Amino acid sequence: MRVSLKWLREFVEIDLPPEELAEQMTLAGLAVEAIHYPGKDIQKIYTGRIVKIEPHPNADKLVICRVFLGAGEPVQIVTGAPNVEEGRVIVLAVEGARLTGGLPIKKAKFRGVESRGMLCSWQELGFDPKYIPADQAHGIMVLPPDTPVGTDAKPLLGLDDVILELEITPNRGDCLSMLGVAREVAAILNRPLRYDPPQVAELARGIEGRTRVDILHPELCSRYVARLFTNVRVGPSPLWMQERLRAAGVRPISNIVDITNYVMMELGQPLHAFDYDRLREGRIIVRTAKAGETLVSLDGVTRELTDEMLVIADAAAPVAIAGVMGGLETEVTEKTVNVLLESAHFNPTSIRRTSKALGLRSEASVRFEKGIDREGCLPAAARAAQLLRQIQAGDVVAGAVDNYPGRRAPEKIVLRPARVNHVLGTALTGEEISRTLSRLHFEVNEAGEELLVNVPGYRNDVHQEIDLIEEVARLYGYNRIPGTLPCGVSTLGVRTRERALADQVKEILVGCGLTEVVTFSFVNPAVFDRFNLPAQSSLREAVKLQNPLSEEHSVLRTWLLPGLVEVLRRNFHRRVTNGAVFELGRVFSPRSRALPEERLMLAAAGTGKIAGGWNARGLTVDYYFLKGVFETLAARIGLHFSFAPVNNHPSFHPGRTARIFSGEEELGILGELHPDVLENLELTGRVVACEMDFAKITALARERRQHTPLPRFPAVERDLAVVVPRDVPAQAVEEIIKRAGGPLLHSVSLFDVYEGEQVKKGFRSLAFALKFLAADRTLTVEEVASRIENITAELAQKAGAEIRAEKMS
Amino acid sequence: MEQKLLQMAEEAKKVLEEAKSLEEINEVRIRYLGKKGELTRILRGMGALPPDRRPRVGQVANEVREVIEATIAARTAAVKERIKQARLLAEKIDLTLPGTNFSLGHFHPLTLVQRQIEDIFLGLGFEIAEGPEVELDYYNFEALNIPKDHPARDMQDTFFIGEEVVLRTHTSPVQVRTMERMAGRIPVKVIAPGKVYRRDDDATHSPMFHQVEGLAIDTRITFGDLKGVLQTFAAEMFGTSTRTRFRPSFFPFTEPSAEMDISCVMCGGRGCRVCSYSGWLEILGCGSVHPQVLEMSGYNSEEVTGFAFGMGIERITMLKYGIDDLRLFFDNDLRFLEQF
Repeated sequence: MRVSLKWLREFVEIDLPPEELAEQMTLAGLAVEAIHYPGKDIQKIYTGRIVKIEPHPNADKLVICRVFLGAGEPVQIVTGAPNVEEGRVIVLAVEGARLTGGLPIKKAKFRGVESRGMLCSWQELGFDPKYIPADQAHGIMVLPPDTPVGTDAKPLLGLDDVILELEITPNRGDCLSMLGVAREVAAILNRPLRYDPPQVAELARGIEGRTRVDILHPELCSRYVARLFTNVRVGPSPLWMQERLRAAGVRPISNIVDITNYVMMELGQPLHAFDYDRLREGRIIVRTAKAGETLVSLDGVTRELTDEMLVIADAAAPVAIAGVMGGLETEVTEKTVNVLLESAHFNPTSIRRTSKALGLRSEASVRFEKGIDREGCLPAAARAAQLLRQIQAGDVVAGAVDNYPGRRAPEKIVLRPARVNHVLGTALTGEEISRTLSRLHFEVNEAGEELLVNVPGYRNDVHQEIDLIEEVARLYGYNRIPGTLPCGVSTLGVRTRERALADQVKEILVGCGLTEVVTFSFVNPAVFDRFNLPAQSSLREAVKLQNPLSEEHSVLRTWLLPGLVEVLRRNFHRRVTNGAVFELGRVFSPRSRALPEERLMLAAAGTGKIAGGWNARGLTVDYYFLKGVFETLAARIGLHFSFAPVNNHPSFHPGRTARIFSGEEELGILGELHPDVLENLELTGRVVACEMDFAKITALARERRQHTPLPRFPAVERDLAVVVPRDVPAQAVEEIIKRAGGPLLHSVSLFDVYEGEQVKKGFRSLAFALKFLAADRTLTVEEVASRIENITAELAQKAGAEIRAEKMS
Repeated sequence: MEQKLLQMAEEAKKVLEEAKSLEEINEVRIRYLGKKGELTRILRGMGALPPDRRPRVGQVANEVREVIEATIAARTAAVKERIKQARLLAEKIDLTLPGTNFSLGHFHPLTLVQRQIEDIFLGLGFEIAEGPEVELDYYNFEALNIPKDHPARDMQDTFFIGEEVVLRTHTSPVQVRTMERMAGRIPVKVIAPGKVYRRDDDATHSPMFHQVEGLAIDTRITFGDLKGVLQTFAAEMFGTSTRTRFRPSFFPFTEPSAEMDISCVMCGGRGCRVCSYSGWLEILGCGSVHPQVLEMSGYNSEEVTGFAFGMGIERITMLKYGIDDLRLFFDNDLRFLEQF
């Protein structure tokens, strides 16, 4: 909403600087988004009349104009503007003037002829192109012939004005007008509002018998006021009216249309003018459209109407979409002689639906949607009539047709001062509250401890006590209410177990070198193909958005991995080829007749190398890296993960992928992406990835830790290198060792894997560090030797192993 | 003989003084004190002495031994010290080479700020609540006093899953779910951080972003309490010199409704590009819980009052870290993330 300060001052006295006014308005709930000074740079421009035009002796495209400024000798100006004519009133920038952007005007010579200023175009005065009349687009600005010459053109064109750009909250439709804003400003500044109901000079002849209004759906149209104007002379509206409309952001069109817009901007009541003679039987029927009816709206578009849309019809067919847009057929044109003016109140919801269905939003529909004052219909029509007379654009037929089925008694609300203070934390007296509300034109009567408040008709946002409390608060000033901390039972602020664990897990992963990412919850369904998922994969069962922004973001993710791999891919294309990332986020799967299931998942992915430097080789981000990360994680949260090979997941490498278990519970999958998937994603190198169900991890994780006493006797350590066939898993060898080692074998850990010249083909050497320990004595060499013998025998028998070396360490 | 011994002592001392290594010292020790050393040899010749002279010569021999041993010890210590000094000198390293690269990962900046917000409110006795991201129209709108066809629905462009199912447009539905769960019990003090979605995608809007919602309900909660709690938050989050101001605003589920501004974190309120030369930055919306909302969720609005607030985590993160492009958060460029 654009508010001209000049216009506003007609309604309320304002003597403080615009910035200060804006601040006070903002702090009272009328947010000023910006302050514009349209003619800030412009100076020394005057109205003048071209009294003589002579050809330029040395140039075909230039002429010499003499411009009369109301007194003294006419000024000589050389111009190339095509639309100069003797007698026209124009805007002259004289020597020393400045135009928009600060452009200075000096005396100059054009092809030998002196020019003492410049004839101004709309552009040079800073007007938005939408306001420039077509015939003046390529020339200078031409003012109406009766404009007084020799006067300062800035006020005439509104270039001395200040425009406040307001952001009106959806509940305050009443502030979408000058009067509405003025009421607020008057209340904020505690000044009187200057507003008198319009007086109209009418013809003797009355409206009776010349038109009628039938409302077939009173629930959709609570009031319809019609007035008739005759002897209408359609033409441009006067400069002052055009200036006001432009200030409000409305393009002047013709005097009749301009009047309707002027009243809408001034009072907030949308009006519509019909060419009365084009209304069949000269009557109005407010009804819903019939199936199949169409209407060509003012913008020339044929609109398909439905029976849910309210229309204004004449005796035969719709002539306007109620509250949204008029019809082309009954539009006011230069030929119009008689006008029927509509000033109505429509159901906000109905207007909103129609406007949405047609994709048509207008200044009128916006106001109807937010609700206007039904009591304002008649005064608004009168104001239009008054303006018509004032600019002498026609005569006003006496009286109005006022069909008002939706009349309502004013809202009355009981307000308890104690309640005001209870809600706000203030100590206001009934008297103070009453005074505050009176400033906003609420009528307040005392009734014992309580106040009885009458709500003005235009305040359709105020229905209950709390609404009044807010009015009191904002006018009293939010910033005068002291800040306190809540008293009462104290509460303990602790994280839930899942959140605390989530935080801990993030810490561990970051500690392992992984970087956290946050990706969109919506994905492109094409990722399912890119990840080679079979048609029947449950991961393809995704929740679909009905109105996605694009196909790219059209379904909710069913797993996190594709998003993480996409992050690697995007970084890869920016030459960031090393990295490991993780995300903790929800995935979604549809459920019939219930909200989708949302599961918290933990995923990680990486490629290339991390760490490393001049003194360390760095870590290859491969299967073992990520496995190690999750083993570390498991150990930290009191779990042990085991890994079972899986060779048939279509997204993963068949020989480098495992399912992750904690005991019997399957938690997720970890492995290298399948080369086909990498090819689909145009990724080179290897990518390792993992995804786990975080809810299951939460359920299993244990915080409990138990201390074991430190050994009192020394341990005996032995290293054992075992040569086994290549396809015997290290874990199987380790388990054989553990079982054969018996209770004295305290720990086994693999420290080397070797394949190559020293070992025969098809075999590999696994080296384990064994530690033997007894709680009650120092072990003898013989005891350990017998265990080792047992182990080697078992290994030979069960894993086809040979002992490559055994040594004491 | 005595003379011989004393002469030997002098000789040994001289040789030791010239010894430069532990090996040389050892040689000296063997030469004089070893089994076949000179001292031993001299002492062996003692048998030839008359008995009355033997004690005297024995005494001198012991003194000489002690002198030589002491000299060896002193010389050994000196040589060791010199060797140590030489070693330390040789072991000097380039102290400017980089330290070992542990290559820790990085938290997403939104996580860092969300956790900081959580910690502040946990300290104020708020619990953390959660709710679904795919939400019923009822919780996202209706129960928050936003009926169908309400103009306020235009304030938030909504992604639809079904006729009655949406991607939540704010974290406010968690307010409603919390009230339902509490079933009329007080006090209620929760915050609800999480993802929210709006159908908007441009330089200043992301279709997914994060909010933290807050809700407090008790018998004597006032608008002043709302102010106090949020002022505390602002001071903790942005520093104690941060000023706040509250502007009336409109949200269907709170009344009175407000927006809280903080003095600009960049210019301290003098006015700069970040605050559009106003000196203030809007950081959150808040208000007293609308009685209708309390009633719909089973609370008697005459008996209890409450306040609610909601803030965008991205906005606060951008202000805290001086990030000027919202899209960086979800682009996940590692060069960006590694800065946090």
